[in-house]
Parts: sequence; structure tokens; C-alpha cells
Amino acid sequence: MLNTYQYPEFPYVQSAEQKEGRVLRHKVVIVGAGPIGLTAALDCAYRGIPCVVLDDNNTVSIGSRAVCYAKRPLEVLDRLACGDRMVDKGVSWNLGKVFFGDELSYEFNLLPEPDHKIPAMINLQQYYLEEYMVDEIAKRPDLIDLRWKHKVTALRQENDHVVLTVETPDGAFSMEADWVIACDGANSGLRQLVGANFTGQFFQDRFLIADVVMKAEFPTERWFWFDPPFHRGQSVLLHRQADNVWRIDFQLGWGADAEAEKKPERIIPRVREMLGDGREFELEWASVYQFACRRIDNFRYGRVLFAGDAAHQVSPFGARGANTGVQDIDNLTWKLKLVLDGAAPVALIDSYDEERAFAADDNLLNSTRSTDFITPKSNSSRLFRDAVLALAKDHDFARKLVNSGRLSTPTPYLNSSLNTADAEMFAGLMKPGTNCADAPIQCDGKDGWLLNHLGKGFTVLTLNANPQVSEVKFGVITAPVLAVGRDIIDVRGVLAARYDGKPGTTYLIRPDQHVAARWRSLDAEKISHAIARAIAA
Amino acid sequence: MSLNTKPNIADPDGFYQELIDSQRALDDQQAALMNCKLILLLANHIGDREVLRTALRLAGGAM
Repeated sequence: MLNTYQYPEFPYVQSAEQKEGRVLRHKVVIVGAGPIGLTAALDCAYRGIPCVVLDDNNTVSIGSRAVCYAKRPLEVLDRLACGDRMVDKGVSWNLGKVFFGDELSYEFNLLPEPDHKIPAMINLQQYYLEEYMVDEIAKRPDLIDLRWKHKVTALRQENDHVVLTVETPDGAFSMEADWVIACDGANSGLRQLVGANFTGQFFQDRFLIADVVMKAEFPTERWFWFDPPFHRGQSVLLHRQADNVWRIDFQLGWGADAEAEKKPERIIPRVREMLGDGREFELEWASVYQFACRRIDNFRYGRVLFAGDAAHQVSPFGARGANTGVQDIDNLTWKLKLVLDGAAPVALIDSYDEERAFAADDNLLNSTRSTDFITPKSNSSRLFRDAVLALAKDHDFARKLVNSGRLSTPTPYLNSSLNTADAEMFAGLMKPGTNCADAPIQCDGKDGWLLNHLGKGFTVLTLNANPQVSEVKFGVITAPVLAVGRDIIDVRGVLAARYDGKPGTTYLIRPDQHVAARWRSLDAEKISHAIARAIAA
Repeated sequence: MSLNTKPNIADPDGFYQELIDSQRALDDQQAALMNCKLILLLANHIGDREVLRTALRLAGGAM
């Protein structure tokens, strides 16, 4: 059906363990090879954890699906060697237009903050991301064993491992795993197998999403219509992806017949009316969905850890699905590594639920707010929504109230039990629990970026150019000191500005590039205590 | 600052007439939309979340 993309078909291969009838104990088994499962595999390999990935299918995402990737997940994917390809192939946009009825209400420019390696967001079809990740995985056969056409059908929790029953075209076999990461999507089979609750709010609304190839030039802008003449009473979103493919989301309302709406003869006239000027286009893919805002009651069930849509499902407004899923993995993998190595207690894994359930609730809140604006639930809330849109044409204050989706930004773990609270005064946006801001730096005379110089483990980042220690230890953990002014040069002062970096200021940074603690001077004993706290020791 | 519920409008009869007159030509739906705009304009002018919350409560909103 698609003209711009050829779906790969990955071969099924019978594993040696199934062929020989041996039950092997694996360190980590990842269930699901969507964007989150593949991120988990690459992050495990990055951290040196051998893993097996099981997927019941044998290709990438069908249709564009998750199309908007935000800065922090792109930084994670950059660490996993997929960032450059995504940013090169993806489309960046800054200009947005909001229409109400038959007229333009207002325009906005996102005006991205300068001096970051990664843009605020890109649009890219999900199948490209998955393809790039599968390519990277092929470079790590030493650590990643990716198996297609493997479906988990049963699961048993033991004290210190999980036993999985897996079905392949060759029949069923058993596998054992110290830890299982369940990335098997919103309809997660593993979630049912562990008996988890998945509760929240269903919305009585349906959306049609379509990928359309434009034959002529069309501006790279995000257009959002409320109540347009070509689709009265509903909302429509148009934005650009790679290959001149445009993604259109039509709100259908609850009464819509999903099967009928999916038919090209229904979609094509609607798009033609929307574009309005007879320009040529071709329909590539369409799908109808109903969404929910809900999350699992605990991200950890014994030795099974849930991530991505298997753990939380949000509305599509604000691109919070894949983006938060990648951040789940960013949070989880370093903890698994330390626990598997015996460097941290198993209790560290519980902080995964603490931190990511907190983030999921924040995402659900944002997503529910957008949904309430876009699809008002009563006559009175529709009146308020329409009043906001009418006022937005002439008044700045009302534009701030227009909510067609707030772009996904990382939720800081401000109350995390892993943080050490500030004992001194700091200004600015960074706090214990926030992800590290990037900054342009120089290293060995070459231009680079701060985030690319933070290590795989804990890092002590100090604005003391001549620190007396080269590393700080706690137990078997060693945190090397990265001295600004010696190891890296803050050529333009951006790093100091973003980190409130008076001379001597020292940050303890977690392996997932989040701030664990900070001080106005470098004190090895304090740092060592903060490492202990950050690993739940 | 707390919500001022003491008389604060000079010429209350004149204001009330102006309010009613402003909607005289509107049907119920148009008036309801105008009321929403009015609330939003005034709420933005007040700005203080605590004052707004008190007003929502006094107006009979579920808080």
C-alpha cells in the first residue's frame, strides 16, 4: 500500500535453545520489538547487559503511528547511535497555525533555544525509527539476540527469576530470565499474565489518522483546525513527516463508523476539501483508533518490569507515547545493570516504579487536559473552549489557554528518594531530579556537546578546573571527575549559565544523565554519600 | 490578596443595566458564549489563582 516505504520482512530463525531443548537462564528478556523494546535492547547493549528480544511479528510498525520525537528521547537515542539518522531524516518545524471555523486564529513560532545538539522535536514515521534501531542491533550480535515470530504465552514468577513459555513456528519451549522487560504495547499480554490492573479513563471519541503524499510543495508547518468548514464540529491536525508524507488526524466523534471512515472513498474527498485548491495527493495509509488515558498500578511485578504503552496509555496530543516510553527505558536500564552486577540492592528497581509512575501521572494529566480542550464533554465546556478560540484571535492571554497538545517534555523526578536535596542556594532550571541540560563545549580543541561527554556510569561534573581527586567511589561504583576548564572547555559560558556554575560548583550526575545531587564545592565524602542514596543503598 | 465581596462598583444600578443591555440583542446561546468570554477576560485580569479559586467556590462550583 505504501509508495514511499518498503517494509522489511525479518527472518524467523529457530534458536539453538529451542532446537536442542535446553532451558537457558538469560539476564534480560525483552518482550516486544516496537520502539520501546528496541530502545531497551540497545540500552542494555550500551550498558553491557546481554539480552534477548522476542517479538510475535516480523516487521516494523505499519503506518506512521508515533510521528513526533521530542528532545530528551532523541538525546537518549543519540546515545544509542540512532540520533543522527533520525535527525537527518526527520522534519523539524517551528511555525504552527491554529484555525477556528473558517479563519486563521493565530500563528506561533516555537523559537527553539539555541546551543543544543538535538532539536526540540522532529517528525518522523515510526517505521524509520524501528528500522534504524534494528540496523544498530545487527551491529551488536555479542549482546543482543533479536528473535522474530516468538510469542510469550505463559509466565511463572520464581523467587529470583521468571519462566516464560514461548511459541514459535516450531512449537513451544521454555526460557528463564533474571528480569523481563515487558514492552508489548497497550494490549500487553504480559500485563494480563501477571494480573496487573490497567485503569484510567476511556474517551468517547474516535480519530482517523491518514498518511498522505503531497505532489507539490506545501509549507513545513503544523496546522490545527477547530471546527473547520470541511469537518464541522470536529478537529483536524496536519503535519509533515519525512518523504513528503503528511500526517492528518481527523477527529470523528463517538458515533462514527470506524470501518466506513477508513475507506479511501471516504477519506480522499475529505482531504481534498481540506486542501481546498485541487492540489494532487495520494493516500498511503489510514487507521481509526479510540484512545484511553490509563496506567498500570505498578511498573514492577516481581521480576517483570513494564515500559512504554504496556505501562501507560495516553492520548496522542502532545506526543507522549513513544517519547515517555523511551524515557522509561532510560530510567530502568542503568538500575538493572547495577543490580545485575551486584553493585546496588534490588530495592533500586523499585525506584523505577517510583520515578516513572510519577512521570506517567504527569503525562496522563497533560494528556487529559489537552483532550478536554479538543473534545469538550459538555455544552458548557464547549462554550468555554469556543470562547478561548474566539478571544485568541486578538488577545495574547487566550492563546496561552489554547491547548491542541502540549509537547512532551521530561518530567523531573523532583521528589525522588534517590535525590540528595540541595543544602546550598542554586538559581536556574536545573534541580536534583531534572535531566541534564546540554551545552556546547570543546574537548581537545574540538567542538562537542556536554551530554556526549557524560560517562556510562555516575559522573562528577565540576566547575573546579583543578580538582584534587580524579574519581569518587562508593562500594564497587566509581564516578570519574569531569572537570570543566580542564577536561572540557565551556567556550561560550553556556554550561556555566545553565548549571548556575559559579567556580567550584559540583554536580553528581546519574547514569541516565539526571542530577542526583549538587554542591558549591567538591567534597568526595558528600559525593560518596549521594551515590549511596542514588542507588538505594 | 483575597476575593473582595464588599461593594466595589460605583453606580451599581448603572453597571447592572449596562450588563443586561450588553446582552439584550443576543439569543441564549450567544449570551452564554459572551458570558464565557467575559469570565475569561476578567479571570485573566485578576490573575491570582487563590482569588479565582474562591470565586469559583462562591459561585457554586465543585472544588
